[in-house]
Amino acid sequence: MGSKKALVGLLAPPLLWLVVAYLGALAAIFATAFFTTDPFTNEVVRTFTTENFQALLSPTYLRIIGRTLFIAVMVTVLCIVIAVPFAYFMARVAPRRLRHVLVAAVLVPLWASYLVKAYAWRTMVQPGGVLDSTFGTTPGYGFTAVVLTLTYLWLPYMILPVYAGFERLPESHLEASADLGAHGPTTLRRVILPLAVPGLAAGSIFTFSLTLGDYIAPSLVGGPGSSLIGTVVFENLGLANNAPFAAAFATVPLAIMAVYLVIMKRLGAFESL
Amino acid sequence: METRATRIGLWAWGALVVAFLWIPLGIMALYAFNSSNIQSWPIPGFTTKWFHQAWNDEEVRTALWLSLRAGLLATAVALVLGSLAAFGLARSRFFGRDSISFLFVLPIALPGIITGLALNSFFVIWGVSFSLWTIVIGHATFCVVVVYNNVLARLRRTSGSFFEASADLGATGFQTFRYVTLPTVGTALVAGGLLAFALSWDEIVVTYFTAGAQNTLPLLLFGFIRQGQNLPIVNVIALVVIVVSAIPVWIAQRLTSGSGGSGRGVGG
Repeated sequence: MGSKKALVGLLAPPLLWLVVAYLGALAAIFATAFFTTDPFTNEVVRTFTTENFQALLSPTYLRIIGRTLFIAVMVTVLCIVIAVPFAYFMARVAPRRLRHVLVAAVLVPLWASYLVKAYAWRTMVQPGGVLDSTFGTTPGYGFTAVVLTLTYLWLPYMILPVYAGFERLPESHLEASADLGAHGPTTLRRVILPLAVPGLAAGSIFTFSLTLGDYIAPSLVGGPGSSLIGTVVFENLGLANNAPFAAAFATVPLAIMAVYLVIMKRLGAFESL
Repeated sequence: METRATRIGLWAWGALVVAFLWIPLGIMALYAFNSSNIQSWPIPGFTTKWFHQAWNDEEVRTALWLSLRAGLLATAVALVLGSLAAFGLARSRFFGRDSISFLFVLPIALPGIITGLALNSFFVIWGVSFSLWTIVIGHATFCVVVVYNNVLARLRRTSGSFFEASADLGATGFQTFRYVTLPTVGTALVAGGLLAFALSWDEIVVTYFTAGAQNTLPLLLFGFIRQGQNLPIVNVIALVVIVVSAIPVWIAQRLTSGSGGSGRGVGG
């Protein structure tokens, strides 16, 4: 197994695939971002221009970028707040038999179609829907519904890595902390939460990245004025037929994620990914 | 360790979160049997007529067929490339190894819209027309990761001395593969394949950009929902899509229970 030839043979096909189909495609985004479209035919014209990036800095688009970042942070925080106690419950409080059931209870919603889940929230928040007839009120389509739906969609991505972190925490650490005179809150702050950090960082990569790229939820539960970065990319490619501008706009989440991934790597996220 | 009150609080929180995760799915399941074609709550009565209608819808059938073919082909590509990558990286140490393993998880760490738009730009630049194969290429790009993660997790938990012992005892490379390697990673491969299929089956973000004018089942659903058309059929397909993606996940979970390597790259 150790021979160099075998290694090259094993790695060449998958690497070739990724380099050609994935990195090649990423390079294509950057190329397209500097093209433009013919105003009459809407055909992509391959002349170098930076006008797409200049257009991207207009107040309208900066507001959309700001809104997307704000929602991404909010959704990440909400997911953390919901996931940490729940993951702790799964790993340390629930009896062992129940633990497998709980993992399944998180995995199935994680894998259940993303579109269907967003559609479920669309049905639930609409006037006359479940929320309206149960609670007598509903946020309706708009900002709140987008945050709620995205939190619902990404929550399992946060729960699982945090759970994995708590599960690895040896009981003896907690006992040692108690023996050394630490009270519950001190143990929580000094022992338990630090061990959750790599899991939280890994989970936040998903909550952040998925929010930055989402266009399904805002198009299903968002009202007017709740466009996200994804919506702009989606609409420019599909409806406006302006692939170069869509490509230029897609470099924004790419740049944000590049910075984010570097920070999270420092926090040990990749060991928990 | 925790006080009694904390424990009760944690149990309550656990119940609440499970309810939060499952109630929307349960409600969707009920809507599939809604006797009215209006999406109000509570539903006035039960019927199975929409299942019949969905099954006999030509557009739905075409989309279902396309989704199945794309899913199976993407899974096949992912199984080959993902397991090669896992075998290559499991026990080797060389310069650049970390960068390569980072490259393999990149398609799931970056927003899907980037993968989608990147492939779209790529196909347009090279003049590739959209077909079943452009969908398969898009899906395989992120399905590879799932197989890779599952097989890698299994190999990491298996001692390398098994393979060495087999060789020491005179087994040929093929015999070692057939009698030692395959039984070791077999269930991880099946699990990875099932998860790859589940991932492809309901994918929409990337598919939208690589399908052109074709409709996979999720794309058809998305179109119907946006236009507010055929909602009773949408509800039926929604339930079918959930069930079809849940079954492989459930089997995969059983096959790898304990390894934790079955998330979408999560917890592996």
